[in-house]
Amino acid sequence: MSGALLVAKGVTKRFGGFVALGGVDLSVGAGERVGLIGPNGSGKSTLVNCIAGTVRGGGSIEFDGHDLAPLPPHRRIRLGIARSFQIPRPFASMTVLDNLRIPLLYAARAHPLLQRSRGRETEEALSILRQVGLEAKAGRLSRELTQVDMRKLELARAIASHPKLLVADEALAGLSASEVDEILAILLEMKGRGVAVILIEHMMRAVLRFSERIAVLVVGRKIADGPAETVLRDPAVERAYLGQ
Amino acid sequence: MSGPLFANALVSGLLLAGFYAAVSVGISIAFGMLDVVNIAHPAFIILGSYAASIANASMGADPIVTAVALSPAFFALGLLLYRFYHATFERRGREPLRGLAFFFGILFVTEVALILAFGVDYRSVTARYIGTTWRLGTVDLPLRLFVPFVVSVAMTLSLQVFLSRTFFGRAVLAVGQDQLALQLMGVDPVRIKQIAFGISIATAGVAGALLVIIQPVQPSLGREYIGLVFAIPVLGGMGSIAGTLAGAAILGVATSFTATFFGPSWAPAVSFGLLLFALAFRPSGLFGR
Amino acid sequence: MKTSSFTAIALCTALLVAGTTSALVTNDYFFSASYTVLQFVVLATAWNILGGFTGYVNFGSAAFFALGAYSSIVLDKLFEAPITLSILSGTAVAALVGLGMGYLTLRLRGVFFAIATLAFAEVLFTFVVNWDYVGGARGAYVVLQGRPPLGFRSFVQFLFAIMALMAAGAVAIARFVQTSTLGLGLAAIRDDEVAAECSGVPTLRLKLVSTTVSGGLMGMAGATFPYFLSYVEPHGVFSLSYAVNSIAMPLIGGMYDWAGPVIGALLLGGLQQVLQVNVSADWNLFLVGALLVVFVTIAPHGIMGWTFRRGRRARPT
Repeated sequence: MSGALLVAKGVTKRFGGFVALGGVDLSVGAGERVGLIGPNGSGKSTLVNCIAGTVRGGGSIEFDGHDLAPLPPHRRIRLGIARSFQIPRPFASMTVLDNLRIPLLYAARAHPLLQRSRGRETEEALSILRQVGLEAKAGRLSRELTQVDMRKLELARAIASHPKLLVADEALAGLSASEVDEILAILLEMKGRGVAVILIEHMMRAVLRFSERIAVLVVGRKIADGPAETVLRDPAVERAYLGQ
Repeated sequence: MSGPLFANALVSGLLLAGFYAAVSVGISIAFGMLDVVNIAHPAFIILGSYAASIANASMGADPIVTAVALSPAFFALGLLLYRFYHATFERRGREPLRGLAFFFGILFVTEVALILAFGVDYRSVTARYIGTTWRLGTVDLPLRLFVPFVVSVAMTLSLQVFLSRTFFGRAVLAVGQDQLALQLMGVDPVRIKQIAFGISIATAGVAGALLVIIQPVQPSLGREYIGLVFAIPVLGGMGSIAGTLAGAAILGVATSFTATFFGPSWAPAVSFGLLLFALAFRPSGLFGR
Repeated sequence: MKTSSFTAIALCTALLVAGTTSALVTNDYFFSASYTVLQFVVLATAWNILGGFTGYVNFGSAAFFALGAYSSIVLDKLFEAPITLSILSGTAVAALVGLGMGYLTLRLRGVFFAIATLAFAEVLFTFVVNWDYVGGARGAYVVLQGRPPLGFRSFVQFLFAIMALMAAGAVAIARFVQTSTLGLGLAAIRDDEVAAECSGVPTLRLKLVSTTVSGGLMGMAGATFPYFLSYVEPHGVFSLSYAVNSIAMPLIGGMYDWAGPVIGALLLGGLQQVLQVNVSADWNLFLVGALLVVFVTIAPHGIMGWTFRRGRRARPT
């Protein structure tokens, strides 16, 4: 696919003797919505970590024309790769608002370190909080939030970095049906901003509703990649994933 | 470098290494296996020295007999300390660094409490073997070092057997790696950890009795051992008893050679320097895991 | 309040206090006790920039303090350097070592970093004990000669005034760090280093800034120490009580705010000065250790935390 935003080729990662990723290719176009599925331990989270830079693996990953290999995570997010964590990781001692000021000051613009920010980013933070429905809780300590609000904060923090690609690692796990709808609505809105999204999820209903394309990982290998209907009818996928 | 000098430095280094194993095996368990950074470990070693010395002075008890007799008490102390640590710091999850500050405070308080109770004078023990030295050709074998060596190696090896051969031992090894698996096996990880931590403190008590056989002891001596007790497990690769023995051998011989050829005042730099080196360049230990 | 006006107010307060007490108080003990308390204000504030703001525990405060003290001794032996130059060089040396130390060890987990600082202090101690030029284990004399400068009645008064200025400067720097974008980044590192890095915070660089500033300020506090005591020996300068105090004071005051270590140092430092005279030095140290254990157990956010929690809201930054 030419002009793709993210092009990962032959990504590998071993932990000791265990092969977590055995050469995975994945490409994502600008503004595309991709669902990434696979059984537990199939390497989905490891792939996310390799893209975000928190784990170093083999193979090559290019983003927006840049080779990612030499870049630490904080440089990758400045290029436009934002991620949310499977288990929310808020900055616990800070307010919800300050949680957003971090990516706004450090990723979205390069604010001089030795200056006190003049608070211009606060307005934008509040507007992002409004979109995800957390505005009323801007002044709360982030560790006091409920589970679903923490998920929203994860996404809000990712949005605040002005991403071109958002990798949402199991953003829906453990939520009730109505909560899933709330989070999905936020993710679907990303299209309007031209942001591509990789959604990693177990819940088929949500993946089908969300994805324009689905990629399937099984034991560290990609066994299928394409439109939802074709992928789900693929016998290899049925055997390895749905059949179990 | 003369032959006999070299041989003597090597032998006393190996003897020292045996003793070092006793000093650091507790940290291999607590830090390497349980992930409890008990920086106060040396304080418990000094407590063991004082107990042995007091029993020796008042009843003429042999320090090793005292150490064995008191090890249940040290075990119980460790058990209680871990319970407290778990309830206050570990269970709440966040900020393991506060736990570190807690143990640092315990180290300091124990040291000052010993000073307040017994003063800063050096304490020692008497036993028949302490003045005796066997001679093997040109090599001296002072029993003052040899007896602690034997006791220490025996203790370390039996711990190794215990940890690798028993169900409990395997649970201890698993507790640092896969708590979920333990729970599926119906084992309570907290219970395992508190018993293992008790064992760790019990080894500190024994090591203390060995220390006071080797040299006179005063309260602040403990902190000289902080570098040593952490350097050995780090050098040997965290959480492996065999690695601990190897790390102890390296440090013992290195310290002995430094003291012989550069003077004893440089000896402390060896353990701490090696620790710094290991942390900076080889944090997974010389032998890895 | 803007940083520049806060700094100006802090420095003016220090000058005013130094000036009025010099005019009114004649007892030199007052100045020597106050010097010691203010020295702890600098040490606790410096420790807190790395320990409280960034979340990395440094057990080697004494080593950085000693670097400052011994660089003054070396300069004095070389050419009887003026005290201002000694302060500058002590700060610079300790800052450089802080940077190097950070570079070697900050890629490690926090726990290993803490152990490394402890080991570093012992290695440095061994070197000083074996370094004859600075007196080895016997120690060294540094005697201020002539009349005290700037019309002060005694050298202790003069040193007290200098320490008051350094304390004001250190507090202003800590407050500046905390309220700048840098401080927000440091707090993110303390809360969750991986999440911070993934939010665009260049964590390694920020941690290095933190160890450098923290180490430099500790060196600054140590640089005037030889002049204050006239005689310095390794066991005194490397005393573990510096490490314990510089951890206990921020913990007791509160580690998330620049004011915490100041409150802790004034309270605990003042209390120790009283106890030192009336009870004994050993009970004194026992108290510090016991307070450290008690506070870390039952009041992990220190005295500042009490007001903090009641408000249920984080302070606006």
